[in-house]
Amino acid sequence: MTDPILRTKGLTKSFGALKACNDVSLDLFPGEIHALIGPNGAGKSTLIKQIAGNMAPDSGEVWFDGSDVTHLDTVGRARRGLGRTFQISSLAMEYTVLQNVVLGALGRDGGVMRFFKPVMKDKRLLEEAHAALDRVGLTEQAATRTADLSHGQRRQLEVAVALTLKPKAFLMDEPMAGLGVEGSRNLTGFLDTLRHEAPILLVEHDMDAVFALADRISVLVYGEIIATGTGDEIRANRDVRTAYLGEEDVA
Amino acid sequence: MTREALLNTAIMALLAAVPIIAHFTGNPFTITLATKVAILAMAAVGLNIVLGLGGLVSFGHAVFFGIGGYSMGILAHHAQLFIPIMEAPFLIDGTKSMPIIWLVAVITSALVALVIGALAIRTSGVYFIMITLAFGQMFYYFAISWPAYGGEDGLPIYVRNSFPGLNTLDPIQFFAITYVALGAALFLSARLARSRFGLALGATRQNAERVETVGVDAYRLRLVAFVISGAITGFAGALFADLNRFVAPTMFSWQMSGEFIVFIILGGIGRLFGPVVGAGLFILLEHFLGGVSDYWLIYVGAILLAVVLFARGGLIGALAGREVAHD
Repeated sequence: MTDPILRTKGLTKSFGALKACNDVSLDLFPGEIHALIGPNGAGKSTLIKQIAGNMAPDSGEVWFDGSDVTHLDTVGRARRGLGRTFQISSLAMEYTVLQNVVLGALGRDGGVMRFFKPVMKDKRLLEEAHAALDRVGLTEQAATRTADLSHGQRRQLEVAVALTLKPKAFLMDEPMAGLGVEGSRNLTGFLDTLRHEAPILLVEHDMDAVFALADRISVLVYGEIIATGTGDEIRANRDVRTAYLGEEDVA
Repeated sequence: MTREALLNTAIMALLAAVPIIAHFTGNPFTITLATKVAILAMAAVGLNIVLGLGGLVSFGHAVFFGIGGYSMGILAHHAQLFIPIMEAPFLIDGTKSMPIIWLVAVITSALVALVIGALAIRTSGVYFIMITLAFGQMFYYFAISWPAYGGEDGLPIYVRNSFPGLNTLDPIQFFAITYVALGAALFLSARLARSRFGLALGATRQNAERVETVGVDAYRLRLVAFVISGAITGFAGALFADLNRFVAPTMFSWQMSGEFIVFIILGGIGRLFGPVVGAGLFILLEHFLGGVSDYWLIYVGAILLAVVLFARGGLIGALAGREVAHD
């Protein structure tokens, strides 16, 4: 069997007496979408931060692409190919849409200590940037100031920036948050094709999207993973039904 | 040409025209004022790289201004007394040559900026302001209490330093030197803002998390910006000392750092010519209002208040409109 791209081993993180993350082990294999769900306060954000490198675990390890990255910071993990999108859009708001994606392409290219040539005339970076915008459908907004984008467009841009990094795995924190029905459906379709390029660890509240997309689902409750399995297995799981989904949600 | 580019060209032309006219009408004092504007503007152009582009409010840029000043002062002091700076392990003589002095000023301020930046950039917001201010005060009190180079009284240099092929004692020729230096600083700063480095640095100001998520180290970007910025301000410090033929600890004072910030706010934060317009206005006010009242800074305060409240882009913003995202 192939090795996972991303794997956590026994991640534990406490804030005082509260165990926000308790012995969490999960993995992400090439070609799959692994969804992480859980009620509010289950510790999803704490887990995401530990995987992305914003927060150091009390114990446990994070492995990425065959090596231990537990002690790398966000920058180091991004360089290794972890493409992250945020729950609340995290973009350079004064820049144009194009500048934001060029920044992504620049990060991937690495040569940031160049002081003289205009970056917005760099053909290779522009090509990559436009390609990414094209894929998420923001080509027409390229010259728009990011602050003037609609909420949904910002979500798209966030994904476009992650695309320019050509990551080995995506870490997406509620990409559907605040999208309308149609926006959500479009993004679902897009992520469906994206999984073949790089696997996605998807934290999402939109259950329709989760069950439509995920190859596997892990359920996090009070900092612990109480179940991992396919959509059907999760639907049928008694613990999950009581803890999270609620009887009425299960069709 | 955009409106801002036109405005910038006009400002640059005006800054050249005033002293040239003064030269032909025999008014050397006006040339000196224009020279002062060019030099102080250059110091603030340096600061504008970290403050405007990088979003780091350094309240200690007088350190680099002073380092530049004392580089000139110490080298020229030893040269005019014919005493070497050091004899062992190897001989270092003083010098009266501007290019060498500038080189020393730029390298020394860059090194000091590297050390101060490495410590200060670990903090942010108010703490960054305070730590840069503290470094400024450290240098200020050190200069006061170091008797070898004049201490509190400062260090006079009797003859202006020399530049190959020019008579630096002629005000218009010395102005030409400072004008070209300012032009070079503006040119470098404009290129830098549009470069890869500039795009990434500007993004750290808006959202450091975004920059790190694409795998770029925000700390390194800021540190390099701080070093470049300090080097430019240090260069201006060497010129300022040559203008006055005098170096004093006040070059290190926090009022000096504050003035640089005021220039930038008056002219427009992050606008290429903001520091030039700001320094020009400040010197004009000092000249005209200073004659009216000893408390002329009250008026500067009122103008500053008006700019902050009603013209967030400073004078450049008021005249040229909101900044256009480049390309």
